[in-house]
Amino acid sequence: MTSVHDWDVTNPVKTNRTGLIGKAVERYEGPLKVTGTAPYAYEVQPPSPPAYGVMVGAAIAAGRITGADIAAAEASPGVLAVWTHLNVPKQAPRGTKAHPRSSAGSRPALEDERVAYFGQPVAFVIADTLENAVAASHLVKLTYDADAPDVDFLARLDEAGQPPGEQDVEIGDFAAGFAAAAVQVDGTWTTPIQNHCQMEPCASLVWFEGDKCIAHTSVQMVKPAQHGLAETIGIPRDNVHLMTRYIGGGFGGKGQTYDDLTLAALGAKALGRPVKVAFTRQQMMHGTVHRPATVQRVRLGASRDGTLDAMSMMTWTHCHKGGNFTEHASNFCRALYAAPNRLTGHRLVRLDLPAAGAMRAPGEASGTMSLECAMDELAEKLGLDPLELRIRNEPAVDPENGRPFSMRQLVRCLKEGAQLFGWDRRLPTPGQVRDGRWLVGMGMAAAIRGNFLLPAKCSFTVEPDGTIVVRQGMTDIGTGTYTVLAQIAAETLAVPLGQVRVEIGDSELPPAPGSGGQFGAATAGSAALMAGMKLRTAIAELATGDPGSPLHAGAPDEVTFQDGVIAISNRSETLSDLIRRAAPDGLTVEGEVRPAQDAQQWSTQTYGSHFVEVGVDPVTGEVRVRRMLGVFAAGRILNAATARSQLTGGMIWGAASALTEANPVDVRYGSFLNQDLAQYLVPVQADIGEVDAIMLDEVDDKANPMGIKGVGELGNSGAGAAVANAVYNACGVRVRDYPITPDKLLAGLIAQGR
Amino acid sequence: MRPFTYERATSAEAAARAAALTPGARFIAGGTNLIDLMKLEIETPAHLIDVSRLPMAAIEPTAVGGLRIGAAASNSAVAADATVRARYPVLSEAIVAGGSPQLRNKASVAGNLLQRTRCPYFYDTTKPCNKRRPGAGCAALEGLNRNAAIFGASRACIATHTSDMAVALVALDARVEALSPSGQPRSFPVSELHYLPGDTPHLETELIPGELITAVVLPPPPAGGQTYRKVRDRASYAGGLASVAVAGGQVALGMVAHKPWRASAAEGALAAGASPAEAIARELEGASPLGRNDFKVPLVARLTAAAIDDANGRG
Ligand SMILES: Cc1cc2nc3c(=O)[nH]c(=O)nc-3n(C[C@H](O)[C@H](O)[C@H](O)COP(=O)(O)OP(=O)(O)OC[C@H]3O[C@@H](n4cnc5c(N)ncnc54)[C@H](O)[C@@H]3O)c2cc1C
Ligand code: SF4
Repeated sequence: MTSVHDWDVTNPVKTNRTGLIGKAVERYEGPLKVTGTAPYAYEVQPPSPPAYGVMVGAAIAAGRITGADIAAAEASPGVLAVWTHLNVPKQAPRGTKAHPRSSAGSRPALEDERVAYFGQPVAFVIADTLENAVAASHLVKLTYDADAPDVDFLARLDEAGQPPGEQDVEIGDFAAGFAAAAVQVDGTWTTPIQNHCQMEPCASLVWFEGDKCIAHTSVQMVKPAQHGLAETIGIPRDNVHLMTRYIGGGFGGKGQTYDDLTLAALGAKALGRPVKVAFTRQQMMHGTVHRPATVQRVRLGASRDGTLDAMSMMTWTHCHKGGNFTEHASNFCRALYAAPNRLTGHRLVRLDLPAAGAMRAPGEASGTMSLECAMDELAEKLGLDPLELRIRNEPAVDPENGRPFSMRQLVRCLKEGAQLFGWDRRLPTPGQVRDGRWLVGMGMAAAIRGNFLLPAKCSFTVEPDGTIVVRQGMTDIGTGTYTVLAQIAAETLAVPLGQVRVEIGDSELPPAPGSGGQFGAATAGSAALMAGMKLRTAIAELATGDPGSPLHAGAPDEVTFQDGVIAISNRSETLSDLIRRAAPDGLTVEGEVRPAQDAQQWSTQTYGSHFVEVGVDPVTGEVRVRRMLGVFAAGRILNAATARSQLTGGMIWGAASALTEANPVDVRYGSFLNQDLAQYLVPVQADIGEVDAIMLDEVDDKANPMGIKGVGELGNSGAGAAVANAVYNACGVRVRDYPITPDKLLAGLIAQGR
Repeated sequence: MRPFTYERATSAEAAARAAALTPGARFIAGGTNLIDLMKLEIETPAHLIDVSRLPMAAIEPTAVGGLRIGAAASNSAVAADATVRARYPVLSEAIVAGGSPQLRNKASVAGNLLQRTRCPYFYDTTKPCNKRRPGAGCAALEGLNRNAAIFGASRACIATHTSDMAVALVALDARVEALSPSGQPRSFPVSELHYLPGDTPHLETELIPGELITAVVLPPPPAGGQTYRKVRDRASYAGGLASVAVAGGQVALGMVAHKPWRASAAEGALAAGASPAEAIARELEGASPLGRNDFKVPLVARLTAAAIDDANGRG
């Protein structure tokens, strides 16, 4: 059993003797990426020429396939196979877990004649070249018996029910507290469906070596991908060797695998040659998960001095008919502000849309878009600075469960951010500042995001030349995992960074949970630290026990490590001399981290503040972000550059949620309107002016042995609300139906007589 | 994408002739629009004739004091041309308001004029679209048509033309020079290049099959200031919600119709002494928005009045 007190002992990451921890060292795999030589799944060189698979998506959102004419496609040049549900090779029924401890069940592709969502892969073509496969894919003719799609979220709100196993959480008496409050805000906000839009679409390359299935894919979590594929194609789990070495963005959308992997494996097996399959950009929109839309009702009741008496957040959201995924947009507020009377909960509607799933700070990203704007509205009603309102409602302990905070620097984030940004120059009355044709305004919001530690393993090997090899079934989705693992290894073993090699993204390496929920660095890094500590002990024991070593017969715990040299006072040798002589095959240990069983006694979160300046063109309703500043407190920072990049990336996604990103559903067809990056608007360079993220000094010793926490999602939390609040401050219009596009803002400006 | 054959034309005449001789042939210049449409099999040419390297990229003065811009000139080259910037700033501003630097480097003048609509239903081949399949119906009509036309649309098609450059060219009274497959040159106003949809939205331009655009010709600029303003959901790399080109007393609107919309009623009112706001209000009396695109009416009103004021300030 692990306790957080076990982590109190000192370790090299904490002492950080060489200063490598936290340093903005360049990305480990950076040169490969910028020279285009990092092989992403689709670009891995297979042992023999691959065949190319192309998926065909359903043209309806609900109903049945009544006919499949594949003759023309089969006769098309270069075609090797054409499959529909009628002739796809056998797969295990959905959800099968032949191995009871599989972390994912079977996910058959082209399962049967039913169509459950628009764009669902319903046919598959394999050909000798990509061009031939694409051409043939257009020749597959399917006929359907279509049902009217049940996709109108807003029309179905009344039928929404509790998500399975969940209940509303009420503390005190919300209704009474709210009714009695001197000042109230009661508003409803809506957030739209959004798509991840990773740079690299999902893609897989699979071949067989005897019974062994070699699969390269793009996925955030290795083990469920490996297990799910084995279950689907009905082979032992150990016979799937799954790799995901380089990943061009995940954002939650690659938390699972898709039909590209299954079909590539089935194809490789059927044809006896490597098969690669990639989603097109258009297919990504429907064929992978999306962030579901929400309707959020927020009610705040406060005393005249700004103390919150009552706070409620209720979220309505949707998922696929076959699913349970719930966008928990209300949860984050439970730990954010003090208020004696509180009510939070969720309602879920099931629709004939593609599966909803986790995306960039699920919960917080959507939820802060309402609450943090409601706080702005409340501040205005109270005549208080919105910053001050938050400070007045700073809780001493977690307001929901009474637990102490492991570490909470929200107020410091707010105050330092305000000072660095020049918040004192904000005029509380909207519409007062002009710069040329632009009305200029400032807004702020708080940020919060939970912190997690999951079980993970990691192995460290010291090779005869002194190289430290880190091996872990972890992933790097562009976040910097390779780099921070190398830093931890180098600091722990006191070797130069160039003497570390990192191997991740492989099912045959010690398992780690992967990237998601901003638990990646804390979890994988802690396991790496444990492995490093064990290796130090193993090396010390090897040296002191080896008659050939100058350290022979010394006390293992007196061995020091520095610059690749081990020593006891003035007796020393290099690591490589020791290993070459005493362990010529190298020395390997495995380390492990587990969540501390008493960690639940603390409320452990990451915090931040956002400050934004926007310009609004009062003639057209266009909004442009001029400046964004985030100040964050998220434990010890492992790498200032990669952490900052994640935080600023999250902030930019926040601006996107506020201003542009949305995929409307055409309820007649059950499909999304925007199917490429010309229509689905993520921010471009010109949309974002200055962005900066500052990380406060912090060590959270209740979080894990290194005192680090996650930054991957924190930057997104609250950023959009700060933009919306700045829009209001600029021009006096509040748009509660995101995104704040020119048409909506214009309506408000006109209503105001501007 | 369907397999296709490809040739590189050696002269304008040869290109036009080859296009007439080969059924299903299309010209390709930068390919930034055509290739996208081919990937989705919205366009399925059997043969491509590459006109991007023909010697028709020159930008040179005309005898009457105007400017002749070769059809193969890149959008970037036109926008950066010193004469264009000095005498036709509205054209330069319009071009740089479109696409992204990468697109503008590839895109040609002719290709830009002939780019097809960005109507999202046109791009989704599972939806009915009269432009893609005449008689199929129009998914946008009752659909998510926030960006639809407010002028000159029909029940058969409510799509807009999305070129920025073309709006400026129409405001500047530019003409198209074209070469027919039989080698006949002709010239007509850019304002007559694109059709309104009527019952045949698949028939988009005045060009006959195989007719090659060789240049656009600008008359001397009208007296008065010029400006181009475009409203869009993001700051770059986005089609517009509405745009306006002003050149002296000449005004054209973009993204409000199936073609660049010359605001003749507004021009007439301006000439008769109306204020910019009054003038554009006169034009908008002819607008027929559909609901989701109602905002375009006040947007165009405000944008145009502001742009005319701007241009007057520069004149
Ligand atoms: C993501 C994206 C965003 C965009 N945003 C904008 C925008 O904001 N504003 C804007 O104005 N445009 C925008 N565009 C469109 C862009 O301007 C056009 O794609 C480009 O101008 C087309 O030029 P091209 O030379 O590449 O044409 P091509 O794709 O090569 O050809 C287009 C058409 O013109 C025909 N053609 C080409 N040359 C000739 C010729 N000499 N004679 C006769 N026919 C010819 C071709 O047969 C084809 O039908 C955008 C495009 C993309 C992809
Ligand atoms: S508006 Fe025109 S382009 Fe769009 S779907 Fe209708 S017919 Fe097609």
